[in-house]
Amino acid sequence: MKKVIMGNHALSWGAQLGRAQVIAAYPITPQTQVVELLSEMCANKTLDAKFIKVESEHSAMAACIAASIAGARTFTATSSQGLTLMHELLHWASGGRNPVVMGNINRAMAPGWSIWTDQNDSLSQRDTGWIQFYCSSNQEVVDTVIQAFRVSEAVMIPSMVILDAFALSHTYEVVDIPDQEKVDAFLPPFNPPIRLTPTAPHAFGGLTSPEHYFELRYKLQKDMEKVPDLVEQTGREYEKMFGRYLGQVEDYRCEDAELIFVTSGTAGYTARVGVDQLRQEGVKAGNLRIKMFRPFPFAKVREILTKAGKVAVVDRNISYGHHGVFYQEVKSALYGRDHNVPLFGYITGLGGRDITPEIYKEIAQLTLAKDKPEEDITWIGVKR
Amino acid sequence: MIEIRFHGRGGQGTVVASKVLADALAKEGNFVQAYPEFGVERRGAPVIAFIRIDDKPIYDKSRIYKPNHVVVVDPTLVEAIDVTEGLKDGGVIIINSEKDPASFKFPAHFKVATINATGIAVKHKLGTLAAPIVNTAIVGAVVKILDLTKLEPLLQAIKEGVPTRPDDNMAAAKEAYETAQKVV
Repeated sequence: MKKVIMGNHALSWGAQLGRAQVIAAYPITPQTQVVELLSEMCANKTLDAKFIKVESEHSAMAACIAASIAGARTFTATSSQGLTLMHELLHWASGGRNPVVMGNINRAMAPGWSIWTDQNDSLSQRDTGWIQFYCSSNQEVVDTVIQAFRVSEAVMIPSMVILDAFALSHTYEVVDIPDQEKVDAFLPPFNPPIRLTPTAPHAFGGLTSPEHYFELRYKLQKDMEKVPDLVEQTGREYEKMFGRYLGQVEDYRCEDAELIFVTSGTAGYTARVGVDQLRQEGVKAGNLRIKMFRPFPFAKVREILTKAGKVAVVDRNISYGHHGVFYQEVKSALYGRDHNVPLFGYITGLGGRDITPEIYKEIAQLTLAKDKPEEDITWIGVKR
Repeated sequence: MIEIRFHGRGGQGTVVASKVLADALAKEGNFVQAYPEFGVERRGAPVIAFIRIDDKPIYDKSRIYKPNHVVVVDPTLVEAIDVTEGLKDGGVIIINSEKDPASFKFPAHFKVATINATGIAVKHKLGTLAAPIVNTAIVGAVVKILDLTKLEPLLQAIKEGVPTRPDDNMAAAKEAYETAQKVV
């Protein structure tokens, strides 16, 4: 069934098709419609889930963790200040191995107060032990939520499904809504081996001595390392049933590229338009869109970027005192290998400043003009 | 690709207009992308909505700076702002007005079309007399003036997508469609 829906509602549809059983969420601009539609779905019984109203995002995640421990498939959504208020509980969810799936709308952090997009909210949760997927279309949002449940429950690690404020959250696009029966066949009910029940009581999250804590963290990392292959397999299975492949990255016209952009989110789709325009002008450009940021798709990134003449990483975020976050990650993926691709770092689009095809042309021009980068951050479009 | 910009005021249903148009065009197999100006809506304040229409997937997620056509849902905006900003040569300016197109003075490389959407909305009792909801009438006219699709998919889109009084909204869209003159 094809429907024109907004990005926020794509998250709600994904949660409904995935048959989430418990939803605890707190509204925040620009995420509010996710929660609105989910509460309607629960009220209309199209989604058989317990909808828990809470007084903050911290409580929302606490309720999700508890429900997940009890063996329920659990979904929530938030944005920006709400996500960062959850920070402590994000560690609880991953450390407790609770496969909660959460939508996050990328919204710039205050102050200055902003409702527009950049990635600093979710990227500052990089080390909380959550899988992170960045989406570029509403179709990808629906498909990613469904697959995130499968992947998360297979490794018992929570997932964030991330989309840009307004540029996707409030943008209407045609979405092929998968059939419920087929989704049911793809995604069986959540059935954790250990769960909290009144008949078989367990303690969860108790005091863990130095004798055991280390091993819990080792296991979390080892299971995180299984995720890239799992995302590939899950993606191929999904593709067989629904005709669309998700995967860790999307490479576009990279085979013979003298310049490859590394991008994410909606800017990663606009980059394709930039690439096409550059190719028409005789510049062999390509685009590597990172769909999965945690765990970082090291193998894919190495495989594709080592064939490039030059690489330009386009970050809609910054790690203050360091560089753009994707730039750091790509650099660490390429470091110490027996090739030496010049890597250029660009920061643009913070706080919702638009990222246009013309910006990619400007970045291409700057990158091709130099043999090697002279600085780690080149700012695009900043007023000085 | 066709890119259209809508100018309205908060409360008139401008964003819904672009959504209904997207629904109608998607029914005909088009790829569409519709979005409001990325901001905080307030009743009475100028609002902008955009729509992209193509026969192939739309990857450009940036704002529309050079629309093919513009739709002015609130005629007072013609005096208040430059509705032709970035408008491509040969573009059509569709204005909600009872006046004749010739009474609006725009550069000769633009075309002007008018539709009395307010009159139609009032006739069908959509919204209130002071604040009529003109969006479905506007879309009925836009579809005809720009020859975007037929009346049927639009009526179907309204039936499915407009929660309040779909029959009256369909009647308004039909009347506007039949009144408006094709320009493109």
